[in-house]
Amino acid sequence: MTQVPIAPDLFTWPSDDPALIAGRSSDGVLVFPYRKQKLVEGTREELEKVELPRHGTLWSFTTQRFRPPAPPYAGADDAESFEPFTVGYVELPDALLIEARLTEPDHEKLSIGQKMELRIVPFGTDADGNETMIYAFAPVGAADRGAN
Amino acid sequence: MSTPDVAIIGTGLHPFGRYEGKSALQMGEDAVIEALADAGVAWEQVQALWASSMEVTNPEAILGLLGRTGIPARATFTGCASGGTVLAQAANAIRMGDADITVAVGMDKHPRGAFSAHPSVAGLPDWYGEAGLFLTTHFFGLKANRYLHDHGISHETLARVAAKATRNGERTPHAWRRKPLSVEEIMASPVLNYPLRQYMYCNPDEGGAAVVLCRADQAHRYTDTPLYLRASTLFSGRDGAFDLLSPSLPLAAQPSPTVFASKAAFEQAGLGPSDVDVIQLQDTDAGSEIIHMAENGFCADGDQERLLADGETEIGGSLPINTDGGLIANGEPVGASGLRQVYELANQLRGRCGERQVSDARVGYAQLYGSPGTAAVTIVST
Repeated sequence: MTQVPIAPDLFTWPSDDPALIAGRSSDGVLVFPYRKQKLVEGTREELEKVELPRHGTLWSFTTQRFRPPAPPYAGADDAESFEPFTVGYVELPDALLIEARLTEPDHEKLSIGQKMELRIVPFGTDADGNETMIYAFAPVGAADRGAN
Repeated sequence: MSTPDVAIIGTGLHPFGRYEGKSALQMGEDAVIEALADAGVAWEQVQALWASSMEVTNPEAILGLLGRTGIPARATFTGCASGGTVLAQAANAIRMGDADITVAVGMDKHPRGAFSAHPSVAGLPDWYGEAGLFLTTHFFGLKANRYLHDHGISHETLARVAAKATRNGERTPHAWRRKPLSVEEIMASPVLNYPLRQYMYCNPDEGGAAVVLCRADQAHRYTDTPLYLRASTLFSGRDGAFDLLSPSLPLAAQPSPTVFASKAAFEQAGLGPSDVDVIQLQDTDAGSEIIHMAENGFCADGDQERLLADGETEIGGSLPINTDGGLIANGEPVGASGLRQVYELANQLRGRCGERQVSDARVGYAQLYGSPGTAAVTIVST
């Protein structure tokens, strides 16, 4: 099955060392998710595509106990197979706080300030039967186990 | 204190809850009729109306129920801050000289369960919803978790907020949830968005609330107990504020829009936090109430642990907060919720609250916060 990003310009893919993509304006402001243009002092400016750091620290986290309303949710699970997941903000040094799903589903195993790293993980299936991939953050060194 | 130009002369409420077979507009109608009776004003005397609703596209259609008098009737919606917005607009019509008597009304009837919408209506990409991130409840859990961590606040303090809300609900005849829950029962409820548990959350429901306003110099024609609108402010979030549904945030943090709305409101009113006798805060969840105590200037970050343990936010305490049980005990019909706060403040300031009455209440404060990062503050006084 072909693996495709859940949306274009979200992260570098395919890649052996993928990174999240942000936009950067001439005044150095980072915009995630990337978009083409942004107002800078009254003028619409094309943003430069830049890669964000792959490592950071967990700024906060929480849990999602029930399956989110679908649509818009498009996970491969259904009401029976849904597994509660966690989300958090990861502070990427000198860049941004990024909201993301976390690969560790047990909030007891997460703590604010712990070191996290970017993972690109399988998520669902698109209309053409490709496997969609999303970004997530994992505790550094955690086994690769999907978006949880 | 500043000289007021607008008075509140009547308030009405269709109790919040679940009402099968009754429409949002009908609940709004009931609230307006109660507010008019309270003010001693006939519907035909009302010269302008502002209405808000999340579920009803044209809530100003309430005129079809109240009477098609031909007055300017407008609708506006600013999420959970809508009550503050329609109140401000109804007041501004009086200040502008457009009308002497106006009505602000809110109404809603939400389906059961979590709010569901397409991310594009919030300016967010489709994948954000597909990935399961388009849920406002994540924000409440994420903000509470970080706040508790930074300021040394225990999970039991979250439970104390919810327990207080249910105790105040028990003392409020029109509240939706009137069964008091103990800290232990709340701590035993399932974790929804860590650290927030099921009984620490409000639920969407149904209801209506209305306020009748008039020129301050004419208020005594209608009532012996007018209230005066001392401040109404609304601020959107600025870059760096941690607001709902943010895929990323800059490292340089800015305060919440609530902080700006609160400071501006106290300035408008010529009052400070210590002048306030009754407080209504947006308690979508117990964490929000704790955070909003500090964001509105009623305590320093971290003091909540002691204030809750000492019962200072109870009806008999130094900072009575959400005396009618707030959103946790009443639920949130989004379009009506802000005016429910004003209804409770008016009843407190007019000494009508029976066993939940705050003694000698003269100044009331109400704060709203919601999507997409909008905060409103209203201050009223005798």
